[in-house]
Amino acid sequence: MSNIARINRRTILRGMMGGTAVGVGIPLLDCMLNTNGTALASGAPLPVRFGTWFWGCGLNPGRWIPEKAGAGYDMPAEIKVLAPFRDRLSVFSGFKAMVDGKPAVVHYTGSMSILTGTAPKDMQSVEAPTFDTFVADAIGSATRFRSLELAATGNPRDSNSRRSSSVINPAEGSPLGFYTRLFGPDFKDPNAADFTPDPAVMVRQSVLSAVTDQRQDILAGLGATDKVRMDQYFTSVRQLEQQLALQLQKPAPLEACTKPGEPSWKETKENTQIDIVTANHKLMAGLMAQALACDQTRVFNVAFSDATSSLRKAGSTVTHHQLTHEEPIDEKLGYQPEATFFVDQIMEGFLTMLTALDSVKEGDGTLLDHTLLLAHSECSYAKVHSLETLPMFIAGRAGGRIKSGLHIAGNGDSVTRIGLTVQQALGLPINKWGTGSMETSKTVGEIMA
Amino acid sequence: MRLLGFSAIVALAVSIVGVVGCGKSDEPQSSGGPIVVRRLTQEQYQTIIADIFGADIKIGGRFEPDLRKSGLLAVGASEVSVTPAGFEQYDSMARGAAAQIVDERHRDMLIGCKPASPKAPDEACAKSFYSTVGRLLYRRPLTGEELKAQLAIANAAATKLGNFYTGLAMGLTGMVEAPQFLFRREVAEADPDHAGQQRLNAFSKATRLSFFLWNTTPDDELLTAAESGDLNSSRGTAKQVDRMMASPRLTAGARAFFNDMMAFDAFADLSKDTVIYPKFTNAVIADAQEQTLRTITDHLLAAKGDYRDLFTTRKTFMTPLLGTIYRVPVETKEGWEAHEFAADDPRAGLLTQISFLSLHSTPGRSSPTIRGKALREVLLCQKVPDPPGNVNFNLVQDTKNPQFRTARARLGAHATQATCVGCHRLIDPMGLGLEQFDSLGEYRAAENGAPIDASGELDGVKFTDAASLGKALHDNPATPSCLVNRLYAYAAGRPAGKGEAEWIKYLDTSFAANGYRLPDLMRRIVTSDAFYRITAPETATLSVNTAATLKESAQ
Repeated sequence: MSNIARINRRTILRGMMGGTAVGVGIPLLDCMLNTNGTALASGAPLPVRFGTWFWGCGLNPGRWIPEKAGAGYDMPAEIKVLAPFRDRLSVFSGFKAMVDGKPAVVHYTGSMSILTGTAPKDMQSVEAPTFDTFVADAIGSATRFRSLELAATGNPRDSNSRRSSSVINPAEGSPLGFYTRLFGPDFKDPNAADFTPDPAVMVRQSVLSAVTDQRQDILAGLGATDKVRMDQYFTSVRQLEQQLALQLQKPAPLEACTKPGEPSWKETKENTQIDIVTANHKLMAGLMAQALACDQTRVFNVAFSDATSSLRKAGSTVTHHQLTHEEPIDEKLGYQPEATFFVDQIMEGFLTMLTALDSVKEGDGTLLDHTLLLAHSECSYAKVHSLETLPMFIAGRAGGRIKSGLHIAGNGDSVTRIGLTVQQALGLPINKWGTGSMETSKTVGEIMA
Repeated sequence: MRLLGFSAIVALAVSIVGVVGCGKSDEPQSSGGPIVVRRLTQEQYQTIIADIFGADIKIGGRFEPDLRKSGLLAVGASEVSVTPAGFEQYDSMARGAAAQIVDERHRDMLIGCKPASPKAPDEACAKSFYSTVGRLLYRRPLTGEELKAQLAIANAAATKLGNFYTGLAMGLTGMVEAPQFLFRREVAEADPDHAGQQRLNAFSKATRLSFFLWNTTPDDELLTAAESGDLNSSRGTAKQVDRMMASPRLTAGARAFFNDMMAFDAFADLSKDTVIYPKFTNAVIADAQEQTLRTITDHLLAAKGDYRDLFTTRKTFMTPLLGTIYRVPVETKEGWEAHEFAADDPRAGLLTQISFLSLHSTPGRSSPTIRGKALREVLLCQKVPDPPGNVNFNLVQDTKNPQFRTARARLGAHATQATCVGCHRLIDPMGLGLEQFDSLGEYRAAENGAPIDASGELDGVKFTDAASLGKALHDNPATPSCLVNRLYAYAAGRPAGKGEAEWIKYLDTSFAANGYRLPDLMRRIVTSDAFYRITAPETATLSVNTAATLKESAQ
């Protein structure tokens, strides 16, 4: 019975995909699940995923913060588009970055404070690893990729995932490149009937272990900083070894996983044009949802735009970032209409990401329910680079580990409370996080399940 | 065999050139600096594979972004590591290259021996191959342990997969993704000529020389000079330097340096609005960079010209495509031809070339601020402070405002604010000198119908337009000293340290004394002792023009 159903389901999907990457929701058959729908029949629980979703240049004051706190909050103009997800989306307002006398590095301090808990001293420094890397180390080691980074702008440098100032996990900027990396020749379909370990993969493993065997010799005699760099190199080699080890095991079947078709995508030099960024992002979001459904990774970081948002309309001389500084405030509207056009497009992009995750049915819910997605910008009001009330959202329920659908007003507390909460919810054994005024041991209790 | 051909070509180019750096007696004491461990850049990786195995070996894959530190990727290379995503790419590139090297089309030419059976391991053949290419890849002979490990992989793989060549490729893959290849790790040794001091060992010295002068791995002859100990003597070094500087490969080395100094890597991420600038294409980007690099190497190497004249020269090179943007007739149908702008043309020097103008602009319009900042940071080695966080742009920057039709008018209004004026005074005046060129670099006399005034001043020297701005830059003492600092940092993989201040001053003086000729400066560096002197790690760096001193001098 289940075999027949699977063939039908996959046949239908192939027809529906039509060569593009779209997440299509297919109900998981009950016989595949345990009785309460939280785990696969094999007994393995549905994995929890963690992601970040970043955009540059914030939101407008007075246009996104709900008046009502808690559940059932109101949705002001700039977040109204997210209304379909209100019950699975928490809004955080009133949380700020504190610099303790360090310069407020424009378009950088905010995001680094949210992600590392420490204000950077300058534009290039990363004072502590971004916490997605801790999460990846904790929940990402059993999957093919410890984490995956994407930039809809096409620029590999647009990645916030950093282990240090010089170890920046590069973002994949091409939907096609991303597709090939995930679903190219090295992809092992978890639902394939046959599985034969590839002897060439075993040989590749031995090549890599010969490289790692030299670790002690290579590290010997190096200064402390160079030792850390070389150790990072060996960590990267070991991760590829682990990927290969997984390729030699028959993967557990995953009903939600369907190998998507190759996206039709054309490379362009106009990676800042809003319609192109939006289209790239849509393809990427669909592919990412499939990557998660196929358990290729459990941690992901997506940048919709760069921190100094270079988004622009075709034929326009100015970028979103320039507009935030240069466009006069429309007296009647009370905000900058041209700059706000981009804010609306960005929130549409966020909606696209949420929809992509939600359209993959998994267990008794959707992929989104088993995900914790932290969306944030690097400033609140870009016109003055404000670090007060940095816009942050958490979508999804992390498999029931957090409560969702709340508006939490931070009243000037440190942004690190959110990072600490997320790390704890995902099972990391820490009880305080951040440095200086941003050190905190206070989680956002309201969202802890 | 290709890898022998490479050194043979170079050997032909040997010639004797006047030795500037021979008399070391006037060289001041220098502390030297720490050893550095540099990750190969994308260009170096590609060049090395092409040099050893031939240019038809395709390298598919994306490299991790390089890191720019102290104005140079060459310095950032001493700080970067390899991320998991980056290593995945190295692995895929190494496998791809190795598979091509052993394929039927290449194996006879590149491997240099044939196995007894193509279906079984052949240790003798594998050993000869790995020893030969390993020496070029690792920039020193393989150790006994390394060779043993390589052979173990090749044998096991050939047995398991029933194919000698696949086995050989697997071992080669391991070498091309090994830290010994991907990272240039320097090794110090006691200096027998200076008791108590340390210097680079001969292989590290060969590697520095080769990457600095040729931007690639040392060739057979240079490694042989390292092996024999010749490179430890001034005479032996001078002989190799003569050979290398006479080689056409010196051009590749100089191009790599200027490519880095001019931050041309940023072109990879440059975006322009093609509705406003329909002429902006990938082909234009490529030609614009090539034009500048050709102008530089022709002037500095072929004509042995004064470095400062790069900012005033009217000589350059054109393609038909560039001709459409510069609006000059180009006779050649394809390729390049020499071009000289007329004495009254608004274009003169590198600042007025498309590469500089378009790289330092926003996607939709020119930016005097960005261009002025680039001029300060790239060409004068000065650090412009970051803007304050709470800038109020309310007053200005509405391009539709009939009162402020040009960028000068808009910035002028902006710069009346006390918090802004300090920095903008440092960067806008020179940027405004280039306002007669739009975001793509095309000439215009007016903006929004108002004529563009391109006058201004650079560090107290007044100019009236882009050409006289070039002259002011030519005469600015920071211009040649910036080149000296960048060139040394590029060669050493780190900025000059405090203990090297006298040595840098000495280089400044000798650069001036030799008429600001780049080859003489390069030779002075590579034939010195100071360049190879090694201290204990982690010394403080010398900051040439800090933000603080810059601000003070402007007030």
